[in-house]
Formats: sequence, C-alpha cells, structure tokens
Amino acid sequence: MNWLRQLGGGVITVVQHLGRAGVFLPGVMAATSILWRRPGLLIQQLYSVGVMTVLIVVVAGLFVGMMLGFQGYYTLVDFGAESSLGLAVALFLTRELGPVLTALLFAGRAGSALTAEIGLMKATQQLEAMEMMAVDPLGRVIAPRFLAGCISMPLLAALFSVVGLAGGYLVGVGVLDIDGGSYWASMQTGVDVYDDILGGIIKSLVFGFVVAWIAVFEGYHAESSTAGVSRATTRTVVTAALAILGLDYAMTAIMFDEV
Amino acid sequence: MTRKAIETTVGLFLLIGVAAMIWLALKVGNWSPATTHDYEVTARFNNIGGLTVKAPVTLAGVTIGRVASIGIDADDYSARITLQIDQAHDNLPTDTSAAILTSGLLGAQYVGLDPGAEETYLEDGDRIEITQSAVVLEHLIGQILIRTAEELDR
Repeated sequence: MNWLRQLGGGVITVVQHLGRAGVFLPGVMAATSILWRRPGLLIQQLYSVGVMTVLIVVVAGLFVGMMLGFQGYYTLVDFGAESSLGLAVALFLTRELGPVLTALLFAGRAGSALTAEIGLMKATQQLEAMEMMAVDPLGRVIAPRFLAGCISMPLLAALFSVVGLAGGYLVGVGVLDIDGGSYWASMQTGVDVYDDILGGIIKSLVFGFVVAWIAVFEGYHAESSTAGVSRATTRTVVTAALAILGLDYAMTAIMFDEV
Repeated sequence: MTRKAIETTVGLFLLIGVAAMIWLALKVGNWSPATTHDYEVTARFNNIGGLTVKAPVTLAGVTIGRVASIGIDADDYSARITLQIDQAHDNLPTDTSAAILTSGLLGAQYVGLDPGAEETYLEDGDRIEITQSAVVLEHLIGQILIRTAEELDR
C-alpha cells in the first residue's frame, strides 16, 4: 500500500509543479511590458544570456559540422552520391541538429545560470526586498531574462547551422576532396526555404521559449537554501533537455506529415 | 564592462544572428523574394520517371527555371507538370519541345527545352505540346533483353 501512496504522491507533485509553471507564465508575459519603458534591462540580459553563449555554440557547431562531413561522406560514398554531401549536411543542420543541439547547449550554459542566479536572489531574500520597495520582481528580474532567452535561441541556432555548414565544407572539400561547387549546388537545389529553413527556425523559437520558461520558473520557485538552489539548477537542465527532445519528436512528426 | 561596450556587443550579436538567418534562407534555401518575375507553362508526359518538384528546367544546358508542381491529368492518365520559367526568357516559340533528361547515367533528372521555329511565343498558362518522356532504365534493359533473345532465336 505504501508504494502506491508514494506513486500517487509523486504524480500529484509533478502535476502541481506543472500547474504552478502554467500559472507563472502569464504573469511573466504580462510583466514583459516593463521592457518598453526600460529596454536597458533586456540588453543587459541579452548580453549574459545570448552573447556569452555564442562561443560554445560556434565551437560546437564547427565540430558537429566537421563530424557530419565525415559521417555523411562514408554513408553517401557507398551509393556514389558523395557530391550530395552538402545537401545531407545542410538538411541535418537546419532541420534537426542546429535547433536541438543549440537548445541543449543553451539549457546547459544559459538556462542553468539563469536558475542559479534567480534561485540565489530568492535564497538571499533579494526578491522579497524588492517587493518591500514596491518593485515587481517579475518585471525587474524575471521578464528580461525570459525574453532574452526567447530572442537569443533562434539567433544562436541559425549561427550554429551556418558555422556547421562551414565545418562540413572544410572537411568535405578540404579533407575528402569533394568538388566545392557541387557542395553548394546540391544544397541549393535540395533545401526548401519553408519546409527546412523555416521549420528549423520555428523549432528553435519553441525551444527558446520552453528553455527560458523552465529556467526562470525553477529559479523563482527554488527552495530558499543552498541545496534547494542546486536542486533547482539540476532540475532545469534535466527538464529542459527532456522537453527539448520530446517536443522535437512531436514537431518533426507534425512537419513530416505536412510534406 | 561599461554599459556602452555591452550595448555594442549585444547589437553585434543580434546583427550576426539575423544575418545568419537571412544567409540560410537566401544561400542555402535558395529563396528569391522576387518570384513574380516568373511565368508558368504546363506540359504533359506519359512518364516522368524520377523527376521531382524543384528540378531544373534548362535551355541549351542553361538553367532558366524550375519544376513548380507535378500532378496527374484525370482524363488521359498522363503526368502534368508545371514549369516555372524566368520572365527574362519569355521568347520561347510556341512549338518548343520539352524532354525529361538525366544528368549523367544515374544522376538527377531535369527538363530540357528545345526551341522551335514559330513566330509566336509561349505565354503564362500555355501548354507545351511536343514532349518526350523520361527513359526508364528497366524498360530499356527489358527491350535490350527481348532483342537479344530474338537474335538468339534466329
């Protein structure tokens, strides 16, 4: 009987968590209106959320692109289709790997930092102090971080894809000696703006929204203790990663259906 | 870091990010915003082989358009394809013929146009009457086998 009670309790906690996150979201969205009056807050967060993530995204994109160059070549060369390497790399990057890997890196680099920062503010009662001074912490602290995450993610994903394509070119043309012209030509005839590029951008928008939401929510509702903040940070990375992969499957299935 | 430096780096980040997106759309997706400078003609084929949408349409080997759509004509069960041709090449004679060709032995298929001699030109919505279907490799091999068998019989 006891395990049944524990199972039920676990489910209720998850549902409760979800409900609290759902109630939290409209409040944050409404609070973003402060940014029309104080855009400086958003710029500050775009710096720490977006700009600081550029380096890891560029380096990861380059390596993933180079890896795709090798793997794609060894798959395609069996069919004598290695001239389509550019197409294979471009489709992998724009449709899947660009948005998904960037979102995972973004959750690890920016999401965890957001949760830890907000959680510590809460643990040291800075958020309560703001409320005492009639400053809305949702507008002053949460909203700029949330919006910065939503804006940065699609840009970072696009950057990842572009750098990855360059990495694929380096390996394909530089190392494996594929014709550079056919690398670009196969890409341009095979990639569709709406199905592939726009689909990838939509994915990255959704991922940015979800990761930013999870990160600020976990931080804002972290237990006010050192252990609580560390647990919240872990939860952000784990939940965000699972949400990204789950949503990616769902969106791919829907977009695949349309083709 | 000063406020000004932060604002500059953020501006740079936004600029590079948006530029990356536009570059993906224009260079990788081959998106041309000015699609209105095209006109469409249709052509019917008995068999289009492995022709796909977006395959190039060429004139003397030069790409002048793309295959816009592929469908079936309900009346005579032939394949009906729509060709989107650049407005710059609006001087194709009405007796132009279209053939489905293959680049290389097993490469991608494309539509090759061969201009005729009429004085009037194809316009938007016109139909190319003279067409030559794709060569299906299996049919070709089948014919060769039959011919070889006939010669052996003799």
